[in-house]
Amino acid sequence: MADTLQPPPYRVIPIIPALKPGAMGQVRSFVANEKIQTNIGFPGRLVDDWKERALERMGQLLGQYRSLRVFMDACVHCGACSDKCHYFLGTQDPKNMPVARQDLLRSVYRRYFTLAGKYFPKLVGARDLTKEVLDEWYTYFNQCSECRRCSVFCPYGIDTAEITMAAREILDSVGYGQKYTNEIIGKVHSIGNNLGLPGPALEDTLLGLEEDVKEDTGVDVRFPVDVQGAEVLLITPSADFFAEPHIDSLIGYAKVFHASGISWTLSTKASEAGNFGMFIGNYEQLRKIALRIREAALELGVKRIIVGECGHAWRVAYSFWNTLTGIGAGAHDPYALQLQHQLDARYKQPTHICEFTWDLIQRQALQFNREANDAYVVTFHDSCNVARGSRMGDYAGGQFDIPRHIIRAVANKFVEMDAATIREKTFCCGGGGGLLTDDLIELRVKGALPRMEALKQVADEQGVNFMATICAICKAQFSKVLPYYQFDRRVVGGVHQLVSNAIVLGRPE
Amino acid sequence: MAFALLFSVGALVFVGGLAFRIARYARTPAPLKIPTTPAPVTLAGVWLRMAREVLLFESLFKANLWIWAFGVLFHLGLVLVIVRHLRYFTEPVWGWVAVMQPFGIYGGMAMVLGLGGLWGRRLLVERIRYISTPSDHLMLLFLLAIGGSGLGLKFLLHPDIIAVKAFCLGLLQGNWQPLPGNGLLLLHLTLASLLLVIFPFSKLLHAPGVFFSPTRNQIDNPREARHLSTWAAALDGEPPHG
Repeated sequence: MADTLQPPPYRVIPIIPALKPGAMGQVRSFVANEKIQTNIGFPGRLVDDWKERALERMGQLLGQYRSLRVFMDACVHCGACSDKCHYFLGTQDPKNMPVARQDLLRSVYRRYFTLAGKYFPKLVGARDLTKEVLDEWYTYFNQCSECRRCSVFCPYGIDTAEITMAAREILDSVGYGQKYTNEIIGKVHSIGNNLGLPGPALEDTLLGLEEDVKEDTGVDVRFPVDVQGAEVLLITPSADFFAEPHIDSLIGYAKVFHASGISWTLSTKASEAGNFGMFIGNYEQLRKIALRIREAALELGVKRIIVGECGHAWRVAYSFWNTLTGIGAGAHDPYALQLQHQLDARYKQPTHICEFTWDLIQRQALQFNREANDAYVVTFHDSCNVARGSRMGDYAGGQFDIPRHIIRAVANKFVEMDAATIREKTFCCGGGGGLLTDDLIELRVKGALPRMEALKQVADEQGVNFMATICAICKAQFSKVLPYYQFDRRVVGGVHQLVSNAIVLGRPE
Repeated sequence: MAFALLFSVGALVFVGGLAFRIARYARTPAPLKIPTTPAPVTLAGVWLRMAREVLLFESLFKANLWIWAFGVLFHLGLVLVIVRHLRYFTEPVWGWVAVMQPFGIYGGMAMVLGLGGLWGRRLLVERIRYISTPSDHLMLLFLLAIGGSGLGLKFLLHPDIIAVKAFCLGLLQGNWQPLPGNGLLLLHLTLASLLLVIFPFSKLLHAPGVFFSPTRNQIDNPREARHLSTWAAALDGEPPHG
């Protein structure tokens, strides 16, 4: 498949493509098997009374989530979002337009939960919930990366991510889950991380890294695990432990900690920042996965929690951890205060690794040899969940500036991509939201088109040969799809990979 | 009399239905912090963001200038028209309403123009045609008919304004008065009453909905303040299941 799959051609002028109905109707992510489903508490296979149970679950969600309730009613089909989704731009399938994707669910909402849809279904586009509709939900709600780009442009702030999450939750509740995401959630519970790397293997890997860095730099940079009483607990995506180019950023974090002299540790129990519970919109899973971090922090007695380069993990950490687990500040309840009393209130909890590094740079606690990155003309790809679902620093938009400040501090050549494709308007890499699986490679390649176009432009015009990003999924996705667009897979890398290249660690010991 | 009844029922359904919807939006919890960032970090900032969204259609402006322009024409026109119509329900007519009278005419024209533009896009732009339901077309036609008949009353078939005002004031005071027998006027008022009835059951709910949209009305401060809805708070300290 990888050999025959052709990426869509670059658009000469960025016109909105014509519709190709059904273009992606056959691209379906693998369905989870019985074992994967029951392992995380969902029905093993499609239940007999799926229709009743799906509608019942939908009703519950409408009562639990104001977002869903309001978003189901508020859409006027104005079309503002219709050309904003990277999957629509790359596939031309009209059901990948945000409004059309939402309408897959909204049509059923109207049929069963509104007067107009009960009595005049045809008039308002209401549909019975049939097996065909359920299949369509499965297909197209597994073609949304929950990147929220559409929500930036919607006059009512309708966020398709919320609707996709609700739809996936309904599908899971009737036994129709997606293999990739649900299998990974199982692994995080049984082993501690998404990649299924057991504790001893992790310790081995980290020892190996210490040797590598020693060989490279002559300096004893440590990669501590499960160190009781360390100042900082680092929670990072497990891909950082062995995937390329992720591992280079892990080395970067370790060097920054080393240079700062602040003690830190990883945790074998919470060796994963990622939280795929968000992708499937299941609050229980979201909470259960996040609770591992709380437990690890309490057990190790750390004062600060820092999160590595991972987009959706940072959204969960920044936006949801305080709610889910009390990691944060400003609580009045004993449950959250137990942890908040332990954490050092002088620091933001949790802190992004970029906030941490930038703070050290501002205090001139780090030294860099920028020429070490002179082989690169660098650009920065804003990761969707960081850009539109979180913040860094003290002001709105700090999440855009801080990584760029760091890049400018460690590299001499930095250029921006087209303004319509960065900051809050950034395009998803094409592999986020639980779609980073080989069974969706066609979708991933096509969905990367808008970003690849912007990259191609700066590569041609300004010689860009390195696209820095702060997301494990972005790194993995681009490593895979860049070659389809005639780029070297190593064009993508982490911000802390650049930091690692340039940081001066003092005299070798 | 039938019209007085229709109008009163319309107003009641409108107010009651909308109150019910708003109460339900307000009661439904928002368990997680989901503002679309960058988002304001203070409450004052959220008020500003909401004001820009409601008054200037900020997000729509970022999205598509055509839809924004036609949308602004229609909504701004509608506001001017509503202000102009206040003269039928106030005695003596409020000063500022009197001042705004001539603008109401332009408002009516802008409204019809904006609606025409929006409908044109619905018919001509492939993507928007694809997502349009029959009710989307009908709603525009419906509003166009109200606006068109209103303009007709101004420029073609001028009704007995004194009698119309007596009818309107009579509605408010529970002292129903007859309507002048002008077919266009009857059409205009029938459609307007129907609009009031349809409002709480249709996509016109976008008007109250925008104020309850969590992506727009939440403060971006999840690290500084613990955000807890009732059902989420109930889980605290419980061992996870599922």
